[in-house]
Amino acid sequence: MALMSDTALPARKGRISFLLGLADLQRGDRAPLARAVIVLLAVLTCLVVLGSLAIGPISIPVLELLPHVPSYFAGAGEGVPQGVSPRDWIVLMDIRLPRVTLGALIGAALAVSGAVMQGLFRNPLADPGIVGVSAGAGLGAAAFIVLGNTVLAPVMALLGIYAVPLAAFAGGLVTTLLLYRIGTRGGITSVATLLLAGIALGALTGAMTGLLVYVADDQELRDLQFWGLGSLAGSNWQKVASAAPIILTMLVCVPFLARGLNGLTLGEAAASHIGIKVQRLKNLSILLVAAATGASVAVSGGIGFVGIVVPHLLRLTIGPDHRYMLPAAALLGACLLIAADTLARTIVAPAEMPIGIITAFAGAPFFLWILLRKRGLTGL
Amino acid sequence: MIGSLSRFSGVSAAVALTVAALVLHGKPLFAEGTGSPDSSNVVAIGGSVTEIVYALGEDKRLIARDSTSIFPAETASLPDVGYMRALSPEGVLSVNPELILMLEGSGPQETVDVLRKSGVAMADVPEAYTAEGIIKKVRVVGEVLGVEAKADALAGKLEQDLAEAQRAAESRTSGVRVLFVLSTKGGRILAAGSDTAANGILALAGAENATSGFSGYKILSDEAIVSAAPDVVLMMDRHGDGEDATSGDAVFDHPAVAQTPAGKNRRLVRMNGQLLLGFGPRTAEAVRELSTRLADTAS
Repeated sequence: MALMSDTALPARKGRISFLLGLADLQRGDRAPLARAVIVLLAVLTCLVVLGSLAIGPISIPVLELLPHVPSYFAGAGEGVPQGVSPRDWIVLMDIRLPRVTLGALIGAALAVSGAVMQGLFRNPLADPGIVGVSAGAGLGAAAFIVLGNTVLAPVMALLGIYAVPLAAFAGGLVTTLLLYRIGTRGGITSVATLLLAGIALGALTGAMTGLLVYVADDQELRDLQFWGLGSLAGSNWQKVASAAPIILTMLVCVPFLARGLNGLTLGEAAASHIGIKVQRLKNLSILLVAAATGASVAVSGGIGFVGIVVPHLLRLTIGPDHRYMLPAAALLGACLLIAADTLARTIVAPAEMPIGIITAFAGAPFFLWILLRKRGLTGL
Repeated sequence: MIGSLSRFSGVSAAVALTVAALVLHGKPLFAEGTGSPDSSNVVAIGGSVTEIVYALGEDKRLIARDSTSIFPAETASLPDVGYMRALSPEGVLSVNPELILMLEGSGPQETVDVLRKSGVAMADVPEAYTAEGIIKKVRVVGEVLGVEAKADALAGKLEQDLAEAQRAAESRTSGVRVLFVLSTKGGRILAAGSDTAANGILALAGAENATSGFSGYKILSDEAIVSAAPDVVLMMDRHGDGEDATSGDAVFDHPAVAQTPAGKNRRLVRMNGQLLLGFGPRTAEAVRELSTRLADTAS
């Protein structure tokens, strides 16, 4: 956790920033800065959303169209407003708006999941994608894709559009619980164990997904391949409807974890001394991370590294206080994913590129950099 | 302050978005578009569909194609809207199409739904890995483009050509067992069963698919490879030059393949993938080339 870097000051930290850091600690926190950053991020999010709605292979007059959007929702998606080109309307309402909405939801979910997981494991490298939670969620989703028409048909009929997200949630939950059992000894999680457990679980879920490949037909196989790289292509209101309730529930609940996660940085024993119900905090955190990761994986496949990059950038700027970090992570995650997706759908137009390629290109070197910077602390 | 505010706005946004998402369900804005015979601005999705448009002499009307449409060479000058199974709706709409010709299997479904809703005329071209299937494709494309007479002439010519190629092939290749290998990645042999283009072209060429006991493409176990006992291995060439087996060919390094008659005699035929598996106007040519080369290799 970043607290470590505040106490065990790395040698490269300059004298000035060291003094500033001390001043911060003595004054209490970087709250004013954090608040300002959150307000800035909120404004930035609005700008990124507008920009993404405006940018694409087809140019549409976004500002003229936007006033008509509320009427679309009020009229349950019927018809084209007066004086608007039908094609422009479809590009906005059926292609870009659901896609940007989904991008914002998933970006926020991935960033917050990463932040919560890092707080829970007290480790800056914990991330649902890296430690295998996404792989577990992917397995759940894959099971439904392949078996949904045969063995699991009754369940599919019962749950409808929520079947795949719920299956992914179950897969993610089981993986997270296993990970916690394996990686944590006496309340301390070692990075090495965590990463190795993640690799092992990833391999196991990979093997099970491999099993599914044998019973899948060609169409199902192609659906499965889509999980590998992740993409927001094919976003529509139905997908928004299947993921939004789960992700928004998580985002609403997360602020309630902030105080507990702050306390947890002192260690589990100390946290329970200051009145934090550690076990309940852990359970809730795991549940929320698995739910949000599951919902994201179910609609967009495996988009990696958002959960590592976003919280880390925020710790560097506004510090480790979860009360500010979590809402800021939601906003910055939404911004980054929408921006990456805008790139994905315009860079090779009229075709498009899977967004996972872009986030991996940006995120993997970043991950390595954190690993090298923290090498002294991670025991690797 | 920030905390409670963000919590409140979070809750209200959650409720609003969820309700909105639940009441919305896409309905087409227009009646289903139908291609008028004179629509220019045609997008062709699927290699064989594009080849048919060229064979009908209607290529001037094409404004874009997908990444599987690589023949004839002139296709390279058209914008590429991506892989036929991973089309982006806005990408396709951005070339201003009036008509989209889509080979069966194009997608994903979400993209097709949006394109339909946008009112662009769309025509589904059925896919079947038989001589009749090719004729059907030609007639469907001809009808949609409003050039039935041209399509009739082309269909008649192809029918005759295919029948002749098949007859000639049978005498050459009867009884030759062929293993079609799609990939040897990671030392695993991915082979074609029934209901595949590879199975279809082998049937047309009068040869026997050594692995027709399953449907689609599957990774074979070593024992399955040995018991399939192929006389010849058939693969796509990666370089488009139709080069056959060289002594260092990876497929024969596979211990199980090495045990088969094909492996012992190092019999491998490589052919251009689009020609071999496209099931379009050039399939008769593919049958002639495949059967000749199988016969040459297996003798």
